[in-house]
Amino acid sequence: MAHRWTNTMTARDVTAERHWLNRRQIMAGLGGLAVAGLAGRAQAADGLTPNSWEEITNYNNYYEFGTGKEDPARYAGDLTIAPWSVQIDGMVDRPGAYGLDDILSKMTIEERIYRFRCVEAWSMVVPWSGFELADLLEMAGVQSGATHVAFETVLRPDEMPGVSRNVLEWPYVEGLRLDEAMHPLTIMATGIYGRDIPRQNGAPLRLVVPWKYGYKSIKSVVRVTLTDKEPPTSWNKANAREYGFYSNVNPAVDHPRWSQATEREIGGGLFAKRKPTLVFNGYDEVASLYEGMDLTVNH
Amino acid sequence: MIADRINAVTRRIPPWPLYLIAVLPPVWLLYQGLTGGLGVEPIRALEHELGQLALKLLIAGLCITPLRRFAGVNLMRYRRAVGLIAFFYVVLHLLVWLVLDVQIPSQIWADILKRPYITVGMGAFALLIPLAVTSNNMSIRKLGGRTWRKLHRLAYGAALLGGLHFVMLVKGFQIEPLIYMGVVLVLLVLRLPFQRAPFMRASG
Ligand code: HEM
Repeated sequence: MAHRWTNTMTARDVTAERHWLNRRQIMAGLGGLAVAGLAGRAQAADGLTPNSWEEITNYNNYYEFGTGKEDPARYAGDLTIAPWSVQIDGMVDRPGAYGLDDILSKMTIEERIYRFRCVEAWSMVVPWSGFELADLLEMAGVQSGATHVAFETVLRPDEMPGVSRNVLEWPYVEGLRLDEAMHPLTIMATGIYGRDIPRQNGAPLRLVVPWKYGYKSIKSVVRVTLTDKEPPTSWNKANAREYGFYSNVNPAVDHPRWSQATEREIGGGLFAKRKPTLVFNGYDEVASLYEGMDLTVNH
Repeated sequence: MIADRINAVTRRIPPWPLYLIAVLPPVWLLYQGLTGGLGVEPIRALEHELGQLALKLLIAGLCITPLRRFAGVNLMRYRRAVGLIAFFYVVLHLLVWLVLDVQIPSQIWADILKRPYITVGMGAFALLIPLAVTSNNMSIRKLGGRTWRKLHRLAYGAALLGGLHFVMLVKGFQIEPLIYMGVVLVLLVLRLPFQRAPFMRASG
């Protein structure tokens, strides 16, 4: 059951001005029309245009290939991405190693243009293509007691020069709560701009959770495990004070070492202006997942 | 001896061309930043390049005395230029941060107070100001050699804080800043008094 979420940012409607006007008008009420008009224009001027292929594929954090932003583009070329299979296990009815081609034959690929916000206070807009994670989980059959999903990135020291340094504990692991994983915004991406996703961006299959900081969107996934416990996550293991399990984009909760109130969109050149960071990276529809939770404690 | 040959060459080369050469890297970086040569996020790249240059030059400045003491290579006449150029790069690094990176005045103060690695960087910068101001012959005369030399030990603190700043700002466990920090520490240990006597004899 794909298409559970409709894209408001499509290539044919890149400024999405109408959408912004509508939302602001609803929030401001009728009396706020004039204000809403201004806000709408400012947002359009901000530009919701996807970043270029060049930008998206040359500024990456993928520490298995090095800590420099251009290291992944430079060193990911040796990663073998075919054949590829994903081990789906834990609390599922049909565990096993699923071949990627097999998975793709059962999934509906959609385009999703999402904002992408890195914990380092930069951001991009990426035209992903992929399928909903919920569909993959349904394929494997989630058992009733499962509460969380754990993910693991491929670990191939011969093909990944960065793992010889213990910047993090390898393999890279991430996790979501089951309701987050099942949310229609959450996708497994297989492409960018309709082309196969490049290795530096997490080929051949990566998670994309657009309301969370980028490191939650784990790359080159080889294992998906359903569990009834909150799974360990790499950055949280490295520094729990700085990187929580949830890692929702939140301008009000600073990283201990820098402010998260603003971000700089990649591609603005030397004089790019910072812009305000949005709660949940602008995806307010996920707020209900966290009702009653203190998002400062559960950061 | 190699040292003698180096000394013979450097005796003929005055320090002033260093100031001219020092202008080239920032100009080149700025040009690259404007024309796409620094990648898709030129502000961060420029900030990082200038920070690295500054730290390297602070370290180079700390090498000059041990080089003379332990290797007999005399580069003393360039020490002032190296120090002043390091300061020049720190100022540019700071300017990039203020003008291009943070941009928002209210956030600048907040960052200086709230972000320990920025606080430490500012500390390093603050220590360098009196050094830059007194890096001229008149100040040496006015202060007297002893006082001046004492004052300029602030360079040790600046290098330490600069190295610490780098260690604090990286994500995860990274080797590069630790190497810089290690080099700074070694250069400072070489200055401890107990090191001096035996080595002086050996090289004398
Ligand atoms: C002696 C003084 C200083 C030295 C030697 C120094 C050196 C450095 C170095 C080596 C880096 C990392 C470069 C890299 O990763 O390639 C850096 C980054 C940085 N420095 Fe400094 N710095 C100094 C002072 C300052 C000051 C005064 C500020 C601002 C108030 C500052 C702000 C920054 C920022 C914002 C970064 C980038 C941090 C990031 O990427 O998250 N630094 N500096």
